[in-house]
Amino acid sequence: MGDALAALFWREVKIARRTGGAASIGIVFFLVLATIFPFAVGPDLNLLARLGPAILWIAVLLSTLLGLDRLFQADHEDGSLDLMLTSATPLELIVLVKCAGHWLTTALPLVIVAPLFGLALAQDAAALARLTLSLLVGTPALTLIGAVGAAVTVSLRRGGLLMAVLVLPLAIPVLIFGVSAAGIGATDPVPFAAPLAILGALSLAAIAGAPFAAAAALRYAGE
Amino acid sequence: MHLEVSEIRVERGGRRVLDGLSFALAAGEALIVTGPNGAGKSTLLRALAGLLPLAAGRIAVTGPKDAPPCREIVHYLGHVDGSKASLTAAENLSFWAAILGRGSALRPPEALASFALAHAADLPLAVLSAGQRRRVGLARLLIAARPIWLLDEPMTALDTASRARLLDFIRAHLGQGGLVVAATHAALDLPNARQLALRH
Amino acid sequence: MPNIANPTIFLSFVRRLLPWSAALAIILLTLGLYLTFFVAPPDYQQGETVKIMYLHVPAAWLSLFIYIVMTVAALGTLVWRHPLADAGQKAAAPLGAAFTFICLATGSLWGKPMWGTWWVWDARLTSVLVLFLIYLALIALWQAIEEPGRAARAAAIMTLVGAVNLPIIKFSVDWWNTLHQPASVFRIGGPAIAISMLLPLIVMAIAATFLFLTLHMMAIRNEILRRRLRRLTILAAEQSDAPAYIAPEPAR
Repeated sequence: MGDALAALFWREVKIARRTGGAASIGIVFFLVLATIFPFAVGPDLNLLARLGPAILWIAVLLSTLLGLDRLFQADHEDGSLDLMLTSATPLELIVLVKCAGHWLTTALPLVIVAPLFGLALAQDAAALARLTLSLLVGTPALTLIGAVGAAVTVSLRRGGLLMAVLVLPLAIPVLIFGVSAAGIGATDPVPFAAPLAILGALSLAAIAGAPFAAAAALRYAGE
Repeated sequence: MHLEVSEIRVERGGRRVLDGLSFALAAGEALIVTGPNGAGKSTLLRALAGLLPLAAGRIAVTGPKDAPPCREIVHYLGHVDGSKASLTAAENLSFWAAILGRGSALRPPEALASFALAHAADLPLAVLSAGQRRRVGLARLLIAARPIWLLDEPMTALDTASRARLLDFIRAHLGQGGLVVAATHAALDLPNARQLALRH
Repeated sequence: MPNIANPTIFLSFVRRLLPWSAALAIILLTLGLYLTFFVAPPDYQQGETVKIMYLHVPAAWLSLFIYIVMTVAALGTLVWRHPLADAGQKAAAPLGAAFTFICLATGSLWGKPMWGTWWVWDARLTSVLVLFLIYLALIALWQAIEEPGRAARAAAIMTLVGAVNLPIIKFSVDWWNTLHQPASVFRIGGPAIAISMLLPLIVMAIAATFLFLTLHMMAIRNEILRRRLRRLTILAAEQSDAPAYIAPEPAR
C-alpha cells in the first residue's frame, strides 16, 4: 500500500511538472489578484501596509480554490478513478495523497512567492515572516476543504463556480485565523501564537476529516 | 475460483437497467455479453467491478483461499484507459502496477513488448496513436495478476494483428484458470465461452 | 415498485395530517401576533421596535432547526438511501434559506433604529449570514445536478460537512468579532426578560415551527410527485417492458 501511495504521489508531481499549467497559472493568477487590489484601494502605502496580509490571504485563498476544480475531474473523465476504486488501497488515502501532491505543486509555490508580493505591499520583515508562516500552516486546510468541493462537483462539466460557492463559506474560519496570525495591523500588537495554533488545528482537522467526505462523494460520482 | 451472480438488480438514474439477472462462471470460463446499446452491458461490468451498488441480489466470488472483495481482484477495462497523456507508456503502466498490485505478472517493458510497443515505452502517450494508446491500456491486463477480467468492448480501435494478440492473451488467461466477462458487438472466438444476450 | 411503497404511505399520511397542522399553524400564528401586538409591553428603551424580535427570534430558531432537519435527512440519504430522505433534504433547503433571510432582514430592520445603520458586522448576524450563504450554495448544488438520486447524495455530503463546520464558523466569527469590536450589540434573553415578553415569544416560536412543518410536508409531497413524474417520463421513453434475458447456455 505504501508503494501504491508513493507511486500516486510521484505521478501527481510528474503530471503537474510536465503539463506545467496548474502551478504557473496559479502563481500568475495570484500576481494578478495582488496587483488589482492597489487599483481598488489606492496606492497609499500606509493603507496597503495595513491591508497587506488580508490582500495576500484572499489572493492565496482564491488561487488555491480556483486551481482545485480539476483535482479529481481529469481522473474521473479518463477512467483513472474507476481503476483506483478497484485497488486494495482505500480511496480516502488516495484522496489524501492526491491533495498532498496538489498542495506541493500549487499551494507551496504560492507560499514561497507571497513574501515577494508582500514587499510590494510595504510589509516589514517581521510581517513577512508571520505571513509566510501563517500561509504555510493554513494552506493545507484550504486544499483539503477545496478537495471536498471538487469531489462533490466532479461530474459537472462546469463545476468551477459552483465549487467556489460551496467551499468559500467553509473556508471562512481558515481566513479569519490566517489573517489574524499574519497580523491585521502592522503597528498594534496582535496575538500571534493563539491564531496560529488554531490555524494548525484547522489544518489537522481538515486532513483528518476531509478525505472521508471527498472519497464518499467520489464513490457516488462513479455510480 | 468461481463467480456467482444471483438475481441482481441495478438502477441508474431512476432507470432499472438490470433486473433479476443470474449466472455463474467457473475457473477457465468466459462469458460473452451481447446486446444492443443501452441494454446494460457496461452497467453489468461496472456492477461486477464493484463500481455500482446493487439494488438487489448479490455477487459472490468463492476461491481456493478466502477471496478478497470482488472489486480488488478484477481487471476493469472500460471505454477509457485511465492513462495520462503527459506520462510515458512505461510510467503509466508502472503506476497501475503499484496501484493494482503486481503479483506474479510481467514488468511494464515486457507487457508493452507483448503488445508490440517495446519501442514506445519511453514515449509520452500524447504522441501515440489512438490504437497504440488502447494497446497500452490492454497491457495493463498483463502487469497485475488479477483473476477476473472485465472487458468492455475490448476490440475497439485495434487492428487485426492486435486483436489476434489480445485473443491469445485472453485464451492464455482462461487456460491458467482465470475468468473473463466481455461485453462485445463483435464475436470472440474463445473456448469455454458462454453467451449472455441482454435486451431492453 | 418497492421504493414507492413507503412514499405512498407517506403521501396518505400527509393528506390526513396536513389540514390539522396547517390549522394549528394559523391558530398559533394568530394568537402569537395578538400577544405580540396587544399584550407584550413596549421596551422602555427601544419602544415598539422591540416587537420585531417576535419575528426575528423564531426565524433565527428555524434557521438552525431546519439545518438540523436537513442533517438528519442527509444521514437518511447516505445510510439508508431512502428516497423520502432525499425529498426531505431537498424540500428543506429553500425553506431554510427563506427563514434565514427573514431572520437577517428583521435583524437589519431592528438594527436601523438601534445602531443607526442597516447592517453591522455583529458576530451573531454575521454567523447567520454565513448560514444563509451555505443554504444558497446547497440550493445551487441541487439545481446543478439533474439526476435526483445523485444530487441528493452530493447535497447530503455537503450538508454534513456544513453541519460539522457550522460550530467552527460560529466560534471563529465570535473570535473575529471580539478582536475587532469589544462587545456584541444584541442582548436578548437572560433573566431580565419578563414573562409578558417570553410568552408571546414562545407562542410565536411554536407557531413558526408548525408553519415550517406544514410547508415542509407540502414541499416533500411535491418532490415525491415530481420524482414519480420523472420516472413515468423515463418509462415512456423506454417504450418497452422490464428487461428480460435469454438464459446463459454453454456454447461450444
